[in-house]
Amino acid sequence: MPEIRFEAAEVRVESPDLGESRTILHPASLTLTEQRIGIIGSNGSGKSTLARMINGLVLPSAGSVTVDGLDVARRGAAVRRLVGFTFTDPAAQLVMPTCVEDVELSLRRTVKDRVRRKQVALDTLARFGLAERAEVSVHALSGGQRQLLALAGVLAAEPEVLVTDEPTTLLDLRNTRMVGDLLFSLPQQLVLVTHDLDLVRRCDRVLVVEDGRVCYDGDADAAVKHYVRTVSVG
Amino acid sequence: MSMTVGLYRPGDTVLHRLPVGAKLLGLAVISVAIVALRGPLLAVGFLVLAVVLALVGRLDLAATARALRAVLVIAVLVALLQWWLFTFDRALESLLDLISLALVALTLTVTTPTTETLDAVVRWIRPLRRVGIDPERVALTIAMAIQALPGTLTLAQETRDAARARGLGRSPRAYLTPFVIRVVARAHETGDSLKARGLGD
Repeated sequence: MPEIRFEAAEVRVESPDLGESRTILHPASLTLTEQRIGIIGSNGSGKSTLARMINGLVLPSAGSVTVDGLDVARRGAAVRRLVGFTFTDPAAQLVMPTCVEDVELSLRRTVKDRVRRKQVALDTLARFGLAERAEVSVHALSGGQRQLLALAGVLAAEPEVLVTDEPTTLLDLRNTRMVGDLLFSLPQQLVLVTHDLDLVRRCDRVLVVEDGRVCYDGDADAAVKHYVRTVSVG
Repeated sequence: MSMTVGLYRPGDTVLHRLPVGAKLLGLAVISVAIVALRGPLLAVGFLVLAVVLALVGRLDLAATARALRAVLVIAVLVALLQWWLFTFDRALESLLDLISLALVALTLTVTTPTTETLDAVVRWIRPLRRVGIDPERVALTIAMAIQALPGTLTLAQETRDAARARGLGRSPRAYLTPFVIRVVARAHETGDSLKARGLGD
């Protein structure tokens, strides 16, 4: 598995109105090498910021983040070839009119031949159970299908790491299970940000983030217990 | 409505089989001719040509009517203005020309996969790489523009529904303000997602 390393990585944002800076994520030092890594925490705790740093969507204000030795701040493009990312609302990341065209878009950099590119895109859709929706508008899909298509679009480029931010938050029980099973069947290293405590229990290692700090780092059951206790006390 | 506006429909018509370059050239020639050649009779002729092309491409009648509805509203407003300012003939010509232009463009998008258009654009502007223009980035921008229309219409529909659900269906402010905010927010999210997918790096 690629090594994801945070070295005293910190995120601050300047607040021009107040003339001061606010810390979104306090210095974090972590080395992530497990295949399934979960991140849980309350809304606004900083867990999405932590996840977004892994592929350079958010850059550290101080310290560094590296993936397989590549610094996300200096080698952003190379890091993003290694790290795929999906968002809570897949509608924002589907940019082409039809399903097959959206997957093809991800393949433009790696598969130059048009006929082969389409075939690879169709094969990818078939793997995600979307073969029959290939020529359908991305706006005509159900929530579960959109999330699957977003995953298909990212995984078609064959990244080594998948970071997924609350992939099941907008889904019903059936689709939550389907997407969850799919995520945990992938060969890629998975970094899963979620509020779904059942899903995160399937991870090898779980980070609990509260108030911009990684306040617990350990095995899934202990991490969930810690999180529930923190929320109950709070 | 938003789901199928200008969406490619697979088919085996002559227009589907034509190379994308020929189709884009044809669109350019017809568009210039519609704008340059004046007179209501010629406008009727161009509308007939546009309808014939749509029939050859086997465009779905209901989807076409839905897609043209918004254009028709604008075309009628423009025609009324032309009638008021100039003559009835000029107003009629404007109305028919706008409908013809929209129908010809719609026929192109319905019979041509977006990816095919992007490949052609990338091929044509590849020499511009020497002056620092990235063909893939230009192609991506075109793809975004094509996708922006149905995406924005979906946001408009959702925002209108939300305003209605709160009993504010008749208030333009309750609809327009959140709509503009949502469009800007969606643009930011889309930018993030493109970056996350390594597109445009």
